[in-house]
Amino acid sequence: MESPSLANNPRLSTWLDFSQPGEVHLHMGKSELGQGIDTAVAQILADILGVAVDQVIVHAPDTVGGPDENFTAGSLSIPHSGSAIASAAAHARALFRDRASEVLGSADIEPVDGVFSANGTALSYWDLSPEVDLSVDVDVDVPLPPGAGTIGASTPRVDLRGKVHGEVSYLHDMRLPGMVFGRTIRPAFRGANLASVDEEAVRMQPGVLTTVRDGNFLGVIAGTEIDVLRAQTALTVSATWDGNPHPWSDAGVSEFLMTVATDDVVLAEANVNDAATFTAQYSRPFLAHASIGTACAVAVWSEDMGRLEVWSHTQGVYPLRNDLARAFDCPPDAVHVHHVQGAGCYGHNPADDVAFDAAQLARAVPGLPVHVTWSREDELGWGPFGPAMVVRISSTTDESGLITDWSWDGYGNGHSSRPNTLPTPSLLGYSELTRSPAIPASEDPPPAAGAGIGRNAVPGYDIPAIRAVAHRALEMPVRASALRSLGAHMNVFAIESHIDDLARQFDMDPVEYRLRHLSEPRARAVVESAATAADWGSSIPTDRGRGIGFARYKGLGAWCAVVADVEAVEEVRVTGLWIAVDCGRVINPDGVENQIEGGAIQAMSWTLRERVRFDAGAVSSNTWEDYPIVRFVDTPPVHVFLIDQPREKWLGAGEASMGPTAAALGNAITNALGIRVRDLPITADAIVAAMDD
Amino acid sequence: MGQTVTLTVNGEPREFTADPNTPLLWALRDTWGLIGTRFGCGAGSCGACTVWVDDVPVHSCDTPVWSVEGKAVTTIEGLTNAGPHPVQNAVLTRQAGQCGFCLSGILMRAAALVDAARKDGAPLEPDTVRQELDGHLCRCGVHNRIVRAVVEASDG
Repeated sequence: MESPSLANNPRLSTWLDFSQPGEVHLHMGKSELGQGIDTAVAQILADILGVAVDQVIVHAPDTVGGPDENFTAGSLSIPHSGSAIASAAAHARALFRDRASEVLGSADIEPVDGVFSANGTALSYWDLSPEVDLSVDVDVDVPLPPGAGTIGASTPRVDLRGKVHGEVSYLHDMRLPGMVFGRTIRPAFRGANLASVDEEAVRMQPGVLTTVRDGNFLGVIAGTEIDVLRAQTALTVSATWDGNPHPWSDAGVSEFLMTVATDDVVLAEANVNDAATFTAQYSRPFLAHASIGTACAVAVWSEDMGRLEVWSHTQGVYPLRNDLARAFDCPPDAVHVHHVQGAGCYGHNPADDVAFDAAQLARAVPGLPVHVTWSREDELGWGPFGPAMVVRISSTTDESGLITDWSWDGYGNGHSSRPNTLPTPSLLGYSELTRSPAIPASEDPPPAAGAGIGRNAVPGYDIPAIRAVAHRALEMPVRASALRSLGAHMNVFAIESHIDDLARQFDMDPVEYRLRHLSEPRARAVVESAATAADWGSSIPTDRGRGIGFARYKGLGAWCAVVADVEAVEEVRVTGLWIAVDCGRVINPDGVENQIEGGAIQAMSWTLRERVRFDAGAVSSNTWEDYPIVRFVDTPPVHVFLIDQPREKWLGAGEASMGPTAAALGNAITNALGIRVRDLPITADAIVAAMDD
Repeated sequence: MGQTVTLTVNGEPREFTADPNTPLLWALRDTWGLIGTRFGCGAGSCGACTVWVDDVPVHSCDTPVWSVEGKAVTTIEGLTNAGPHPVQNAVLTRQAGQCGFCLSGILMRAAALVDAARKDGAPLEPDTVRQELDGHLCRCGVHNRIVRAVVEASDG
């Protein structure tokens, strides 16, 4: 089993520790983001070692001693980290078994409930631990044992009880001795310069320790959260900003992306027929992460300013450490980043930015931990956005309707400006300092890693000639970065809209039309399962519509098909979603169902509701009133069907349903109204606009 | 300033001596260390900060402390210590959470609903629960699980 997590962290003792009686301590480098990874890896470990899930203590990522697993992203935590942990566990089990066999004088003893027994003697992992040396490299050739059955069994989340009981669960709740509280004030608009601010008046306010200003970076520290909030308000009122706002408008985004200088990446090359018979263009706006909690961090500098310690809900403790080291011009080893859970994370949100803010503010009070939380307005207005995209697809079909040629062009900013991946630090506050360069334009993961703009650009259908070229914008007036599924949301929506229109042109059933282009059995299985579950082909009322969407995430991950039913009267109401997913071997069925359903509802929100709005260079959609998301009354019944493949690789599940859900909704709306909306979000206004086209 | 506000929080007497215009949320979290109540927006738009004032769910982020003078405030910690409440147990049984950040507020609203339904002997309908929870935002997409848990808890 190959895993970059293991290649970078080969030592068994990096991962596992049996020194505490009755407990197996697992150190990992992937972050719990609300997706349930801590539970899934505990299951893997418990299964292979033959211990109970609650005997596994999962330690959050940490740059001192913990494995470096880069980012928690791309639905790769189970394929990469899970595989590494499985190999480590199998090797550890073999080492303990060998030692137990020696001591007990009996070969082939297997552990039961963590205990090896033979000849009337029982030895546990913990009895044997002092005699078993784990400071060896993990041997990936040790075969996985049959397992105790924990893998594949629905297992309650290890972290949910504390959250339901209102216990300390998030970084927001963390308190340290001497802790003080900071807040930042962001510019009035993008491109604004801080002209004046009365710091002295704010410093006189009760509880305020100091204000911090460097270029356009402005913040304040106080002894309590109540005092710092009041001081933040005063600074915001006092600050004046000048400069020229970027002439950005909601309507101008697509035009900008299609005319700006680009770096082009070929994802698929073929001599496609120039005389395409059908061409269409699709777009999506910038999308906000819109987590229910705002970004938070704690940072403290040592008294001599030689060491920085940071607590963050980042997706990557090591990349954040390295970017902080670049930003503060210190060696990476001088920076220690701990992961602590935050609110739900769906990609590169402001977690890393606020970590810089806390560290920058903490420079003013060496020795004191500074706890910083972003406001709702900054969270929705200043976090990195999911990139806006424009996609053009041209296709040629033969007389029978089969697609012979397919050409895709995708335009937009790159999908990653994650820490330590760009030429200079990509932390918002750093870019505001006097001495700092602007954040460079986002880049894209390479095609072999699933691409960014080009993620799922190559359709998973049997088409003889496919061409796909991504055009990455080299300017970035509005910061964009990774949002759950990257380009797949837009691309699957565009591809599946196009496919459905072709089926309609040939008067063919959309499911049947797809199956004619699908030879891969696992692809066919999800399409057929979703269709069967939804009773595809049965009659539906005239004001309703039914649509299907399908994709294999990244072309490498889980297969997923979604059937959506919608009612389209005054506005679109989704009345049901049926989702079939094959993510290979399933570790926690209930956890996968939760991720797939949650992903579908989030994708429904992006597709039908969401758009980051601009006004005079500022983001005007920075409140929940201006950035509406799907609510309780909007959520339809969702039916998830898992096609478990116990003998196949695990493929990850966190992002599989995003694209197919968007596509199924678009197709259902067209089925209901006979109108194709190609520019997201599909609001009532967008439907009216498409009628006029 | 200078005005002392007295109230009870989870049954214990409390005094608040700072600015009485301070939102109740920050008195709970900052002054009394009751961190189970979450900050989500500060504008009463997301429901994450919901607590009870005299058994009625309110947004603590836009409720000034002066307005709860003499009243009884209950937070998620109070709900846990008095039970846990059946709806907390139902949420765990149904695994109705992902990141969980919205749950404290949702549970406070849901517990009030469930208590009223149980008192009336009339279990909640799913559509009623959706309507009642509509002021609460969840970004992970756990809505359906939460609704099922609340309905089940109401049928006790």
